[in-house]
This record gives sequence, C-alpha cells and structure tokens, in this order.
Amino acid sequence: MVAYGVPMDEEVFRAIADPVRRLLLEQLALRNDQTLFELCVRLTTAGRGMSRQAVSKHLAVLEDAGLLTTRADGRTTLHHLDPSALGGVRDWIDRLAPPIKEER
Amino acid sequence: MRITAASVFVDDQQKALEFYAGKLGFLPKTDIPLGEHRWLTVVSPEAPDAVELLLEPSDHPAVGPFKAALVEDGIPFTSFGVEDVHAEYERLSGLGVRFVQPPVTQGPMTTATLDDTCGNLIQIASIAAG
Repeated sequence: MVAYGVPMDEEVFRAIADPVRRLLLEQLALRNDQTLFELCVRLTTAGRGMSRQAVSKHLAVLEDAGLLTTRADGRTTLHHLDPSALGGVRDWIDRLAPPIKEER
Repeated sequence: MRITAASVFVDDQQKALEFYAGKLGFLPKTDIPLGEHRWLTVVSPEAPDAVELLLEPSDHPAVGPFKAALVEDGIPFTSFGVEDVHAEYERLSGLGVRFVQPPVTQGPMTTATLDDTCGNLIQIASIAAG
C-alpha cells in the first residue's frame, strides 16, 4: 500500500472537498480576518445562507486542517486564512498534472 | 402608536454619552435622574424629533452574557444609517474609534462595524441609490 501524503494533507483534502468550506476560504481570500457574523452574511449574499451553528462547524473543520486560525480582536473573534496549508494539495496536483509552462 | 425610543445596553451611562455624543455626533435629548441611573437619550442631529436612542444600563445579570456572546461572534447590536460609510469610517477612525470590520460592500449595501466602548458592536450602513 502506498502512503498518500501526510495525515495533515488528508485533513486539508477533506476540508476543501465541501463547497461551503471552499466558499468560506474564497471569502477570506477576498478579505481576511472576518467575524463569524460577516462570514454568515457573505454566505447568505452568495445564496448559501445557513445557520450560524452550521457555519461554525465548517470553520472548525477548516481550523483543524490548518487552513485558518482564530484570534481575538478585543473580545471579538476573527478568522484568519492561512493558505500555506494548501501547499501539500498543490504539490499533489503538480505531481499528477505538472503546470504547463507558457511560451511567450 | 409610534416608536419613540430604542435602547442600547451600556455598561456605563456617562461613558456611553461621551461616545454616542462625543464621537458619533448624536445630541443629548433627555437626561432625567432615575435612582442610581438616568433616563438618558440621544438623537440624531439630522432628525432631532425622530426616534431617541436610550442609553440603558446593562445591570441585569442576563445582559452581560448576552452582549458578550454577540460581540464574540461580531454581531452588531443595532445599525445606524449614514450617507457615506467610507467617509464615516475615516472620520471616526480619526477620532480613535475602533472598527472590527472596515467598510465592505455587498450588493447595494455598504457596512462597517465599530466598537461602542460600552460592550456593543454597532453597524453603520448605507444603501446605494438604485
């Protein structure tokens, strides 16, 4: 049996397999350090509104996978995207589908 | 029946008056001693006869956890309308007001969220003329 990547990458792959979690990452890429409230509003605006509890659970999966961190701004919790955790995914894709070098 | 007052729970009425009048720019309207507290309201200078904002003491034991939970998740307690969110953001930032969300535009709405220093987050919002 071949070992497919490190366990952390497995969590990242699982995390980004869900369209809502990908949308959350995209929204944090547009503007980092958002509150739960802002992320909920953005999902609603994108037509993917759901309960605050559901969004919290998705954010927890992303945090466990190392894709985001949380920090306190005063007494408010902000969610910070850490795209470096996607490096393993990029390496895996590059191995299977090496980037095509454009000639100019 | 008409709406004459809407309240915001503040942990210190004097500090709240300094913020809501001194920073946001509302005008003191009613100030009546009431036991250890005051019936303390402010109004918008743009609509001094409209709804008064009551700066209500947050002494009740349920209020603290309620406010803390809203602040934790970044939920504004209420929202005030402004002409230009970006201009207000610049003006208020210059006065030392802390924002947890800078101006963000989504669809016709532009919003920003500030800390009222009295235990609440407050949203300012404008809607683009359609």
